[in-house]
Amino acid sequence: MYAALWRVLPGPVWLRILILAVAAAAVLTSLVLWVFPLVNSLSTPQEVTVGG
Amino acid sequence: MVLEDGRVARRRAERMARRPRVSLVGVLGEVFITGGVVVLLFLGWQVWLNDIVVGSQQQTQATVQSQEWERGEAPAPAPVTRADPGPPVVLASAPADDVQFANLIIPRFGADYSRPVLEGVAVNGALADGIGHYPGTQLPGDVGNIALAGHRTGWGAPLGDIGNLVLGDSIYLETADGWYRYVFRTFAYVMPTSIDVLEPVPENTGAAPTDRILTLTSCNPKLTAAERIIAYSVYDTWYPRAGGPPPELSPTQTASVAG
Repeated sequence: MYAALWRVLPGPVWLRILILAVAAAAVLTSLVLWVFPLVNSLSTPQEVTVGG
Repeated sequence: MVLEDGRVARRRAERMARRPRVSLVGVLGEVFITGGVVVLLFLGWQVWLNDIVVGSQQQTQATVQSQEWERGEAPAPAPVTRADPGPPVVLASAPADDVQFANLIIPRFGADYSRPVLEGVAVNGALADGIGHYPGTQLPGDVGNIALAGHRTGWGAPLGDIGNLVLGDSIYLETADGWYRYVFRTFAYVMPTSIDVLEPVPENTGAAPTDRILTLTSCNPKLTAAERIIAYSVYDTWYPRAGGPPPELSPTQTASVAG
């Protein structure tokens, strides 16, 4: 999968690395901003009260 | 030249032949590894990064509320030796669910530690925005027991450092009327079903209260929810708003910093 991705990318090695770094940053940002908060709101929060 | 071209072409053909074909197992493995990394990232985000973000949001909310109570004026701290302020003023009634009515300020948790206290202990309500106040338990300064709950990990972890409290530590509750000082006394470790820690006299159901108690509850051991950690504090004194905040508090905690 990643080997295929590397082959598909155009340009010299430094350009491919640059493209991958930008893509990784974009994926991380979207995870932190949207995916993680969504998953967090769907998961059961830890109980901290008594009698619950 | 022709010879040269032929050699290059042959080398390229060899490289093509050596290149491994995309295998199902290989792709599956890479998908699993990626998924594992994302799950680890989520856990790191939940217990660390998000706590920093949400924690600072809660602290800002507490400061904003404190400034509103101060009406923008930076108060001078109350003198260390002062006259007896008399019996504490108590709020007339508990606010509506998820409405902020106090700030919890614990110097042991840091010089800028101040978190909003909201009515109710709904996981997606008060507990998501700060500290929750068990409905039906007493209000700040009242005789009996004011019981509060807060997350120890995640959701800003307002009680993340609860285990670091030391005998004699100050715990302040700030309301529109002033600051109520409680002094930390002891921990208890109970099962999640032990609702008697919320009684007006904790762990003594039916007894008539004479003391003013503050009870904090959170989960125990840290990162799990098998038990509850209980921190009991007793009332010491109060600082009416007109007389200025307790000298122990930092400028951040008393909202005298613009922000």
